[in-house]
Amino acid sequence: MPELECAFPQVVNNLAPCLAQGGMNADLANFISILLGVVLIAALPLATLLILLVVERKVAARVQDRIGPNRVGPYGLLQSIPDALKMMTKEDITPAGADVFIYNLAPIIAFASVVLLWAVIPFTPLHIGADLSIGALYLIAVASIGTVKIMVAGWSSNNKYALLGAFRTIAQLLSYEVPLVLALLIPVMIAGTMSMQGLVEAQRGMWFFFMAPVAAIMFFIANQAETGRAPFDLLEAESEIIAGYNIEYSGFKWGMFMAGEFMHAFTASVIFAVIFLGGWIGPGTDQLPILGFVYLGAKTVVVYIFGLVLRSTVPRVRIDQLMSFNWKFLVPLAIINVLVTALLLQVVNWLGIAPQGDAASDLIANLPQTVVLLLGNLGVMGTVSTLVRNMGRQQRLADEAVEADTEVEELAHAAAH
Amino acid sequence: MALQEFAPAAALLGLSVLVALLVVMLSRLLGPHRPTSRKQAPYESGMKPIGQAVRRMPVKFYLVAVLFIIFDIEVIFFLPWAVVFRDLGVYGLIIMGVFLFILTVGFIYEWKKGALEWE
Repeated sequence: MPELECAFPQVVNNLAPCLAQGGMNADLANFISILLGVVLIAALPLATLLILLVVERKVAARVQDRIGPNRVGPYGLLQSIPDALKMMTKEDITPAGADVFIYNLAPIIAFASVVLLWAVIPFTPLHIGADLSIGALYLIAVASIGTVKIMVAGWSSNNKYALLGAFRTIAQLLSYEVPLVLALLIPVMIAGTMSMQGLVEAQRGMWFFFMAPVAAIMFFIANQAETGRAPFDLLEAESEIIAGYNIEYSGFKWGMFMAGEFMHAFTASVIFAVIFLGGWIGPGTDQLPILGFVYLGAKTVVVYIFGLVLRSTVPRVRIDQLMSFNWKFLVPLAIINVLVTALLLQVVNWLGIAPQGDAASDLIANLPQTVVLLLGNLGVMGTVSTLVRNMGRQQRLADEAVEADTEVEELAHAAAH
Repeated sequence: MALQEFAPAAALLGLSVLVALLVVMLSRLLGPHRPTSRKQAPYESGMKPIGQAVRRMPVKFYLVAVLFIIFDIEVIFFLPWAVVFRDLGVYGLIIMGVFLFILTVGFIYEWKKGALEWE
């Protein structure tokens, strides 16, 4: 066994072998390193949550020409702390007729399901909770647990609005999972692996965003719906169902739902940055792996702020529009996109322009493949937008014809009297 | 061996459940606890709740659930195919083309039958 360097900066990268080298039981060393890593990973979303709450309100306020929270701390940055304290000291009400065990379980699921997602997020080339060979599948599976919390909360609250809100939300979440998974399929196809580190490594030459823009945009939209962000925030349509599935929750149990929602929105941005924007890829990560953390953070913030601005500028869609947008637009588009990408990848293989070996991390070697895929994607976008525009025009003409007919009828009716 | 890979995920699950439990317990300890029958009644904008909340629900929600199950299971079949797709070559493309064709035929049937309409 080669001697490892166990001075301060290096020990961060290989704690378990270092401890074992120091004479510790190998299993115990593994256990300690996993535990420490897990505490760090869990602390990360919690720490960002405190900042996120303020950022969210600040950005929304700026969009609406307000100032936002500005009393607690500099620029109101510490606003989350008194908010959390206030929530803590609120009365914890369990509604009569609630299924108490399940009712109390729901907020815990809400919180845990989001934190669990962070287990497979690669922060740097060396730091990842668990580099599973089925990382992408793990993401899909764990993200689906979020659906359970809503069903459980809505069902156990013994409240009609909560149940109605839960049904709606589940219909939405289930529907948008199909294009989400189909969009995630494209990077897996290009990279040929489901491991999250492998997906990032495959983007060394070129980000998947440029190879598969259709999939990237679809993934972003589906994520926006999965996290219940505008324009898909029907689950909190207060004018119709008051607050949705979490109406009967108070105090910090309600806070857990909110925390889960905010963290999920941020986590979705992290996942987008990892899968489409190259994750920790950036100059100098080979020499100083911890730099990758900074790159990933920067990319995530860009995606997140984009989502925030989108959230505060677009109006809410109706539920029938929501469902038909998914089933009649996104799902067919996703299937076509999978087919087109599969065909194009075969063409790339046939032409022999796929980068091999070390060349895969070279920008120039990746260019031909990227150009082919990008052109294909632009073709899909162009065809689909033309089709949609023509269908919309026909629909409009038909509507106008019907309107004109009714007008004539009304006039005739008035003349007869 | 393969299960050991999941150790961090399992540890994270334990930790997050623990943190969530602690926070909920803490808020229960810190907050007041004075239940009254009015306070515990299900919130319905001030109206007296009539009957149970769990009752018959519109069938369209079942329809969405069934659609989802069909699609999600088929989509999950795509993932292992996507991993080895580049090695399979044209053979993989044709096989998946057939699979996708069957999926699409079913999808078009659903569409024409009006299963995708939300009334």
